[in-house]
Amino acid sequence: MSSFPDSKVPSGPLQDKWTQHKFKSALINPKNKRRYTVLVVGSGLAGSSAAATLSELGYKVKCFCYQDSPRRAHSIAAQGGINAAKNYQNDGDSVYRLFYDTIKGGDYRSREANVYRLAEVSVNIIDQCVAQGVPFAREYGGLLDNRSFGGAQVSRTFYAAGQTGQQLLLGAYSALNKQIAAGAVKMYPRTEMLDLVLVDGHAKGIITRNLSTGKIERHAGDAVLLCTGGYGNVFFLSTNAMGCNVTATWRAHKRGAWFANPCYTQIHPTCIPRSGDYQSKLTLMSESLRNDGRVWVPKNAADCDKDPDSIPEEARDYFLERKYPSFGNLAPRDISSRAAKEACDDGRGVGPVVGSHREGVYLDFAESIRDFGEDTIRARYGNLFDMYSRITGENPYRTPMRIYPAVHYTMGGLWVDYNLMSSIPGLHVLGEANFSDHGANRLGASALMQGLADGYFVIPSTLPNYLAPQPPGQVKENHEAFAAAENDVRERINRFLKVNGKRSVDSFHRELGLLIWNKCGMARDREGLQEALKRLPEIRAEFWSNVRIPGGADQVNPELEKAGRVADFIEFGETMCLDALSREESCGGHFRTEYQTPDGEALRNDEQFAYVAAWEHTGENVAPKLHQEPLNFENVKLSVRSYK
Amino acid sequence: MESKLNLTLKVWRQSDRQSQGRLVTYPAEGIPTSASFLEMLDIVNEGLISNGEEPIAFDHDCREGICGSCSLVINGVPHGPEKATTSCQLHMRSFRNGDTIYIEPFRARAFPVVKDLVVDRSAFDRIQQSGGFISVRTGSAVEANSILVAKDDADHAFRAATCIGCGACVAACKNASAMLFVAAKVSHLNILPQGQPEKDERTIRMVQQMDAEGFGGCTNQYECEAVCPKEISVDFIGRLNRDYAAAAAAETVTA
Ligand SMILES: Cc1cc2nc3c(=O)[nH]c(=O)nc-3n(C[C@H](O)[C@H](O)[C@H](O)COP(=O)(O)OP(=O)(O)OC[C@H]3O[C@@H](n4cnc5c(N)ncnc54)[C@H](O)[C@@H]3O)c2cc1C
Ligand code: SF4
Ligand code: FES
Repeated sequence: MSSFPDSKVPSGPLQDKWTQHKFKSALINPKNKRRYTVLVVGSGLAGSSAAATLSELGYKVKCFCYQDSPRRAHSIAAQGGINAAKNYQNDGDSVYRLFYDTIKGGDYRSREANVYRLAEVSVNIIDQCVAQGVPFAREYGGLLDNRSFGGAQVSRTFYAAGQTGQQLLLGAYSALNKQIAAGAVKMYPRTEMLDLVLVDGHAKGIITRNLSTGKIERHAGDAVLLCTGGYGNVFFLSTNAMGCNVTATWRAHKRGAWFANPCYTQIHPTCIPRSGDYQSKLTLMSESLRNDGRVWVPKNAADCDKDPDSIPEEARDYFLERKYPSFGNLAPRDISSRAAKEACDDGRGVGPVVGSHREGVYLDFAESIRDFGEDTIRARYGNLFDMYSRITGENPYRTPMRIYPAVHYTMGGLWVDYNLMSSIPGLHVLGEANFSDHGANRLGASALMQGLADGYFVIPSTLPNYLAPQPPGQVKENHEAFAAAENDVRERINRFLKVNGKRSVDSFHRELGLLIWNKCGMARDREGLQEALKRLPEIRAEFWSNVRIPGGADQVNPELEKAGRVADFIEFGETMCLDALSREESCGGHFRTEYQTPDGEALRNDEQFAYVAAWEHTGENVAPKLHQEPLNFENVKLSVRSYK
Repeated sequence: MESKLNLTLKVWRQSDRQSQGRLVTYPAEGIPTSASFLEMLDIVNEGLISNGEEPIAFDHDCREGICGSCSLVINGVPHGPEKATTSCQLHMRSFRNGDTIYIEPFRARAFPVVKDLVVDRSAFDRIQQSGGFISVRTGSAVEANSILVAKDDADHAFRAATCIGCGACVAACKNASAMLFVAAKVSHLNILPQGQPEKDERTIRMVQQMDAEGFGGCTNQYECEAVCPKEISVDFIGRLNRDYAAAAAAETVTA
């Protein structure tokens, strides 16, 4: 169909791009702003901050979320912190260094201009949050405290104990509340977007389902912002909340928005392992644990079911220390995760056998407890140790913790230009839902930063570039495009209810998740991906002929909600595997076993793959079309990420 | 070795707001002790679905104790028997083989049942909208470190701010009072220097909204603190009362 849409990256020196772009961007006079309606789907950090800020500027805003309150969006669960280039510690940080670290951390698969802008506005985010009353950790003198996080060599992470996400979201939610109270934002909780409405090729509305009553509703607007989070639940088991989904972005994709880099997913190394088949989600434990814990497995598979205390030092393999002597237990997320998987695939995992083998490695605090005393360790990690023992029933002060990697974040998302607009005019995408800033791997404490950067500071300046030439309020809910989209949604719901088969939605979700985890998880290869691509249409066909959804459409019906999400995940899984198959290199979270160095490290291929892979939907049961946006590096030199 | 439990559940089933609800008995068999309470319900629901029955509806999302969605009264206690633990973080090893477990929604006049164990807690959002914010337009903030906050104050505000808005405090209170929640929300902002300019107005408005939503009065029973998964202290209620008295005396709000 079309050639690549312009990425709208401004020309000129890196440091001036955003300033120049803001200057050249369109303005809408304050009186006219009220005549525009903006639909914001999502109330996490990206959605709440965008909805609040746009309404402060004068736009009419409607905001939607599937939870019963905007405060419950999944951003609430983030633990570790948020980065900003404040250089309060005087340890050599700067906007440029944060930019550089993020580009390198992303394994050189993101746009320089976007990442630089992110680093640039990071400082404003902290100002804004503090003014709102976000209770960040402080030093005794009353100044803000920082810590080093995720292997960064400077201390630039701001945090609020282990619940930075909740505190930042409560800040954005309070800003949203102020606007709701003023009548400037209309909030629609327990409301799920099920389709995007296009009029003359522009995004002009959405179709939603009220999850309390089942009512299908039409909402018209002048622009649509998707702030709907990541698709990690395609794996079924992940650290995401149960309702996280790809539906909003996938529906938009099927209406024409290109999906970028779907194969880039992040696996977090320190999660609590699975304990059985009934497991519904995985729990993350802060990476900070790796500062004092040592990761090991037995050298001999025969020792795996022994009491760890009975395994002598010389029979233990401290594999991270062995493989990465300089970073040791602090090696980056993708690298540590893969090393744990290798050990378990090698038959040396510990803990219960789940499926075919043991999936767990020890994270051992014995040495730290011996060196610093139990009290010090309790002061540092007490809440995490408590959480661990609540879930596993084991006491980590006595027995080593067991950890295993789990799906945590998705770098891929809808393709957007520098204005955060997708390939559909008027449709903008913010936060984890877009593909924009993290390349092939995300650094710790940078997703919160990106969500708030997009919502508070980027979209308010860039949205007028789309809106200004559009006369406001052109499209009303009685437009025929709404009738058609509503009809599609109703028909799909009826199809779900009519199948009346034998299997629950969850059983399909588990099957899908396991397949994607095995074939498109921490390590991928051509053969496995091809198998998955063969299997996925079969799962899809069985779903549509054998799923069982009790209850009706006009009521609270969690099975119906899940069915819509799982059906979309199954379709999405195919594009994800196709993307992984077509990227014949290893980079960041995408590790193709065929492309590795002799000592097992990721082997990038910059000549051929330094591009954004953006997939265009071309019809049902037809392969999507790949578009490549070349990535140009004018400021940083591409090099091999080495953590040896 | 992991053991399995056979249990009897007595679960509140109610089709919608208007309908009469009732307790229905379900067997829950072969439940692994390492499963979470919500995973136990997933297992039971899987069985109901395969019988063509409607599964038990309950609110949940993060399943790690932070979003505040889950809201079950378990054997008469909001969030069940473990201290400082949400329903989603409760694990089946807290129960014995053969136990009968009663599972009911968070009940209060201000929390109408939507379906089965799902209630409508939008009253909490409206209380927050009435004044739970500091008015600072995006872009108008001053440099972050120009606002000094003594560490003790920051920590104190943080402890109030850890409230997850679950509503267990209301469900535990015989008056269905929302005082602990409101006290936590008001105190978080009232303690901080940034919150001072709007302090009186915030306090009065949020208390007025709490009353308007139909929550009961606080008679210092402190059941709320006992069930609060985040261990919010009732000291914040004392603080709210003082802030309220001061604000009322100042009569800053004319409404
Ligand atoms: C356990 C955990 C810990 C983390 N810790 C950190 C950390 O320390 N630092 C960091 O930087 N990042 C962290 N992250 C990542 C970070 O939390 C997320 O990437 C980020 O919060 C996403 O924000 P968001 O606004 O894009 O989306 P979300 O917060 O996921 O919000 C999505 C919103 O969209 C709504 N929605 C979704 N689909 C629909 C639909 N179809 N219809 C209507 N509404 C819909 C939801 O209701 C919700 O309001 C962590 C992630 C996890 C899982
Ligand atoms: S005060 Fe405690 S019990 Fe009440 S809503 Fe907050 S966290 Fe829940
Ligand atoms: S489901 Fe989020 S707190 Fe229980």
